[in-house]
Parts: sequence; C-alpha cells; structure tokens
Amino acid sequence: MLRLKKLLKTYKTGDQALKSIDLEIPDGQVLALIGPSGAGKSTMIRCINRLVEPTSGEVWLDDTDLTKLSSGELRQARRQMGMIFQEYALVERLTVMENVLSGRLGYVGFWRSFLRKYPQKDVDEAYRLLDRVGLLAMADKRADELSGGQRQRVGICRALIQDPKLLLVDEPTASLDPKTSRQIMRLICELCAERGLAAIINIHDVALAQMFVSRVVGLRFGAIEFDGTPQELTPDVLTTIYGEEDWEATIEKVEDEDEDEGAAA
Amino acid sequence: MRSAISPELNALIGQKWQRPPLVKRAWLRWMLMIGFAAYLIASFMTIDVNWTRVYEGLDRGAAFILAFTSPDFTSRAGDIWDGMVESIVMTVAASVVGIAISIPIGLGAARNIAPMPVYLICRGIVAVSRALQEIIVAILLVAIFGFGPLAGFLTLSFATIGFLSKLLAEDIESMDRVQAEAIKASGARWMQWINYGVQPQVMPRLIGLSMYRIDINFRESAILGLVGAGGIGATLNTAFDRYEYDTAAAILIIIIGIVMALEYLSGIIRARVQ
Amino acid sequence: MPYHEQNGTRVWQRRTRSESLTRWFGWLLSVAVFVYCWQQISAATTWFFVTDAPRIAGDIWDRATPPKWEYFAQLGRPIWDTLNIATLGTIIALFLAVPTAFMAARNTTPSTVFVRPIALLIIVSTRSINSLIWALLLIAIIGPGVFAGVVAIAIRSIGFCAKLLYEAIEEINEVQVEAITATGASRWQVMVYGIVPQILPAFAGIAVFRWDINIRESTVLGLVGAGGIGLQLSASLNVLAWPQVSLILIVILFAVVISEWVSAKVRGAII
Repeated sequence: MLRLKKLLKTYKTGDQALKSIDLEIPDGQVLALIGPSGAGKSTMIRCINRLVEPTSGEVWLDDTDLTKLSSGELRQARRQMGMIFQEYALVERLTVMENVLSGRLGYVGFWRSFLRKYPQKDVDEAYRLLDRVGLLAMADKRADELSGGQRQRVGICRALIQDPKLLLVDEPTASLDPKTSRQIMRLICELCAERGLAAIINIHDVALAQMFVSRVVGLRFGAIEFDGTPQELTPDVLTTIYGEEDWEATIEKVEDEDEDEGAAA
Repeated sequence: MRSAISPELNALIGQKWQRPPLVKRAWLRWMLMIGFAAYLIASFMTIDVNWTRVYEGLDRGAAFILAFTSPDFTSRAGDIWDGMVESIVMTVAASVVGIAISIPIGLGAARNIAPMPVYLICRGIVAVSRALQEIIVAILLVAIFGFGPLAGFLTLSFATIGFLSKLLAEDIESMDRVQAEAIKASGARWMQWINYGVQPQVMPRLIGLSMYRIDINFRESAILGLVGAGGIGATLNTAFDRYEYDTAAAILIIIIGIVMALEYLSGIIRARVQ
Repeated sequence: MPYHEQNGTRVWQRRTRSESLTRWFGWLLSVAVFVYCWQQISAATTWFFVTDAPRIAGDIWDRATPPKWEYFAQLGRPIWDTLNIATLGTIIALFLAVPTAFMAARNTTPSTVFVRPIALLIIVSTRSINSLIWALLLIAIIGPGVFAGVVAIAIRSIGFCAKLLYEAIEEINEVQVEAITATGASRWQVMVYGIVPQILPAFAGIAVFRWDINIRESTVLGLVGAGGIGLQLSASLNVLAWPQVSLILIVILFAVVISEWVSAKVRGAII
C-alpha cells in the first residue's frame, strides 16, 4: 500500500509543482493520473521514488517512509518500485537482454553486473518476460534497432524483473501510435492483474485511461481536483481539470475492439 | 493467460547468457587480442628506462612543480618580454596572411564550386601543408632564410593555409545547395554568387575556425624558437638548459594565461557571430 | 532601415553612418596592427639572406637529392620507437583522461566547487603546452630517451582527450541515466550501465584521432632528445647530411599519411 501525506514540491525556480498531495493506493490497484501538461503528474511520480527530491511531506510504501531513507536504503527501496518511461529510456547501445537485466542492478553486486554475470534465475526470468511480451527473438538485438512499441515492451520487462510491488508509469503511450498505445496499456494492466501489482499511470489520453483502469485521479496546478471511477468522469469534471472545451467527443465510449495484442513483434 | 510454454522459451530456460561479443568471428577476436597483447609486451621490452636516472630526477621534478608556486618573472624579464612580443607578432602576422590566403585556396578546394584543375591544385597545396609538421617546415625555412622570426612567420602562415583551407572547403561542400542555387538563378556573376550565396552560409564557421587557428598559432609559436625560428621558445629552452625552473614556470604560466584568454575571447566571438 | 538622401530620393544602405564608421575604424586598426607586426618581423630579419634564399634553396635541393636510400636500414629501430611513443603515450593518456573527464563534466563531477576546477585546470594546462616543451621539461627531469617521449606525449594528450570526452559526457541523454537510477542501481552501476555505453563511440573516436596526431608529434620529439626518428633527423641536420635528411622526411611523410589513413578507416568503422 502506498500513501502520500502532504507531499509538496517547490522547484528552485519557485514553481510550486505539487501542493500538499494526500493520496492512498491500496495493493493491486491500478490508478490513472490525468491532468494538463505542467499539472505536476511527472513530478509526483518522480517524488515517489525520489528521482526528484520532494520539498516536504511523506511517502509511505507499506511501513517505510521513503523520504527519510539514506541513499543506501533508498536504493533498496527503489527495487520495489518499477518505473516505465515516456521515451522508453532504454540504454540504446546495450542489447535488449542487457536492458532487461539492468532491472536487477539493485540486487546484484557491482562486479557481477560489470562482467554481465547475472544469476541463472535472473536470466531465466528475463527470458520468460521477453517471451511474455513477445520479444524473445529480439533478445540479442541492440535496443536502438527496435520500434517504439517494442522498446516500450522492453521497458516494461525491465520494470517487472525488479519484482516490484508498485509500478510507476510515466506517459507510457505518448510517443506511440494509437493502436500500439492501446496494446501497451492493455499489456501493462494485464501484467498488473497477473502479478497483483499496484500502479500509477500518468496519461494524457483520457479515453485510453477510462478504458483500462478502475480509478482516475485528476491533477490541476499541483492539486488533486478529482478522485473517482472512470464513470464519474463527466464533462463538468474534465472542465475543472483541463479548462473549458467540448468534452463529449473525448469521453464517448470507445469500444474495445478485439485486437491481436502481445505477439505483434 | 499463456499456460503453455513456447518451445523457443523452453530451449532457452536454464541456458547461460552472455553478451554478444563486439567482434563476431571468434578467431579474429582472439587474433586481435593476442596481437595487441604481443605488441604491448614487445614495446615495453624495447623501452629502456634508466630507473636510477628517473629516481634521481624526481627531486628535480618536485623542484619544478614547486617552482610554479614561486615563478620568477623578474630576473629575465627583458628576455621574456622580447620573446613574448616576438611570439605574438609572429602569431598575428601569420594568422592574417594565412587566413587571407586560405580563403581563395579553400574556395578552390571545394568540389562543388571549383573547376577540376583548380580543385586538384588547391587540394595538393592543402595536402602538402597538412602532411608537413610545423617544426620540420621551420627547420627547412630557417636553413633557407636564416634565423629569426621571418622563418617562424612563414611556417605558421603555411600551416594555417593547410588547416583552414581544408575545413573551409569541407564546409562549403556540405552547405545548403538550394540557397546557393537561388542566388545563381537570379543571374549573379561568379563573384556575386560567392558573395551572396556561399559567404553568408560559411562565414560564422570561418570566423570560429580562424579564432581557433590563432589559438593554435600562438601555441606553436612557443616552440618554433627551439629551432631558431623566433619567439619565446628560445628563452624557454635556455631556462631549461640552465635548470632555471622558476623562470621556465613563469614563461609557461604566461603561455597558459594567454591561451586561456584567447579561448575565452574566441568563445565570445563565436557566440556573437552565430 | 538605414538610408541616405540623394537628390531628394532615399537610397538604401546596408548600415547606418555610425556603424560604417566603427567598421572602418576597426579595419584601420587591424591594418595598423598588422603593419606594426610586419615591421617588427622585418626589423629582425637579415634581408640579405632572404634575397639570397632562392640560391640557397636550390643548393640544399641539389645536395638533398637523391635521398640516401641505403640509410633506411638504420631507421628500423627509430621508426619502431616512434610508433611506441605514440601508442603507449596515447594509452597512458586515455587512462588518465577518463577520470579527469568524469571529474570535469558538470553532470558527473563529485563536486562543482572543488574537484571540477582542478580537473579543468589539468585540462587547460596540459593542453596549452606543446609536447615538445613537455619533452624538454621531462628530459631535464628524467633524462633523454624514449621514456621521456612517452611521458611527454601522454601528458600533452590528457587535456585534449579529457576535453573532448567531458563534452561528450555532458551531452548524454539523462533519461537513460534516470531509468537506471530508478532500478535501485548504485552510483558505479549507473556509471557502467547508464553513462559508459552512451560515450563509448565518442571515446573510441577520440582515442584513434589522438593516436593519429601523436604519430605526427612523436616523429619530431627526437629533435630535443626524446627518442624516435627525430633523433636521426637532428643528428643528420647537425652534420649537414642532406641526403639522409631528405630520406627521413620522406619516411615521416609516409608515416603521417599511413596513420591518417588508419585512423580514418577505424573511425569510419566505429561511426
């Protein structure tokens, strides 16, 4: 269970990115975080695993307050939080397999990782994950030879091999075409369900969020404006989050067509 | 979801994983590694180091480093001043002349604007100038023109031509053709075409490169004195010969200071022209 | 838009009057500086020698041709030494340049107040001073020979390599580093997985580029006594053995062309 208490972030420039956020996410819940650009979605996710240091407030993952940890303890805690990035953030000159295995860096020592001598258990798990997302044949390709959707799948594997309790997902579909976006979102949500993972998914695309998640949180100017189910997301609510606009077209129920997912390599 | 394990996966589970090697062919990889190791060993074997001499030298090394804390600018102030002025004078004169000559040669060495015979001649000049070391050119010119800054001036001008013309020519060859063609289409003469179609595109880089070359010319002018071609090098050489480390340190500090000032200046100029 | 009146019509000008004046003044000043410099050079020159130069050049040419080919047999060892000076010097320089570059790059330096200025100072001072001067200094300290040449080349190359390398480090994609950090990797693991793969191509390019330059520089180090083929050149010049000098120059030219070719090939293969 993840709890944010009065989380506050002010950048050096004086911008208040987060204004005292309180949020509770039970185990196994997948939550979509929506809001306009600059609302503080990215900052919030990065404050949880402290890629961005919060100014004040607490972040509780089960029984530990992450904001109080020393840098060594923080590394231990980060292993429990897998992160998926907008631009995939794969290390492009490493192979797919190295990228996936880099998710285990928090568990293996420096020399083992330097010499690429990962435990057999990790290697097997990496193969299983790559097979699950349909990229087993690509294992020894270099990451920059892959397409956008394939790279994001590798990014997902890297997050999952950490064996996390929580996934932090930052705009997973922003650089992808609509069809691939939907496949990726479905994959993430399926994997969360399979493994009982909680997840926070930053997402621009409201319709896509409504389609896959059970809870939506709307952020505006660093404060929570909405917290409820996708069905409660009415045009009025969207206006308070994003401002005046004709919303009917956006939240029109999108039928989830039966697509071939996963194996499309 | 997927209860059945695919045969591909089954084949891989339990297998060792290794990063694919950089060189795919194993025999080639080993040959390269063994060859390199053999070379290293051979080269180490053939360097004879006189370790006692090195050990004795450590004191002098320490003395030299200490000299940087108390550089002596005064006792040879006259020599240092004359040498520095001569170095700077050579740098300025050679840079002006070198840049002025390298512009036509650079134009001539660009395949997209020069006719073939001109191109070959200019490329030939560039190749000769680049292949010959400054110091070797200086030796020959000193033999021909006698000791003094004239030989140094000619050396630096010659080296500037090779450096600048080549880069200028490459820049012209990679410029945006459409802009140049637009000017040509307006019926401009060759000179007008160069002036309006080519010059605006390569000017910022030419200025940046010229500044960089002035920097190099100054650094080179500091060594030309070693072979009698004028500049601070002779003073420096004398200082080392007499083990006057404090004077040598003073000269080196001045050189470093001027190089830093030139780099700073060229940074400002480059920022302004771009 | 700047213009001036002529017969009652406006005529377009590129610059305003004061702009033109400043420009003209700038040009005038430059010309004056150049004329002064030229006078200085001219005053220090014995013009009799210069007017005599064509005859002397012809004389030297006559003596230097044909090159003394059989002297080549004695150049094997000096060429080998020259190659070693360049290669070992480059390798040592790279070992020292890597930590310097990491300390100098804004995004990897342990401390911007203390460590970074020191690293930058090392880079500037080793870069500003020519390898021949380093060689002079090292000969005064550790005595003449190949070893002094290796060390001189190594010192000279540190600044050059470290500068290019730290610029490459500052240009890396930070998101990839962030992703590795988010997995709970330690500082060193982030370095090996997040940063090193990104700068490896730049590193290889710099190494080969510098090796090429070092071959050139090591051919003349012998002039001050630091080993290599320059020693033979210096000795031949001292006894005015022009046929040997011309052969050595041909060998040096050849070496330079080959090293440039090799380095262009290798760089082409990497990028």
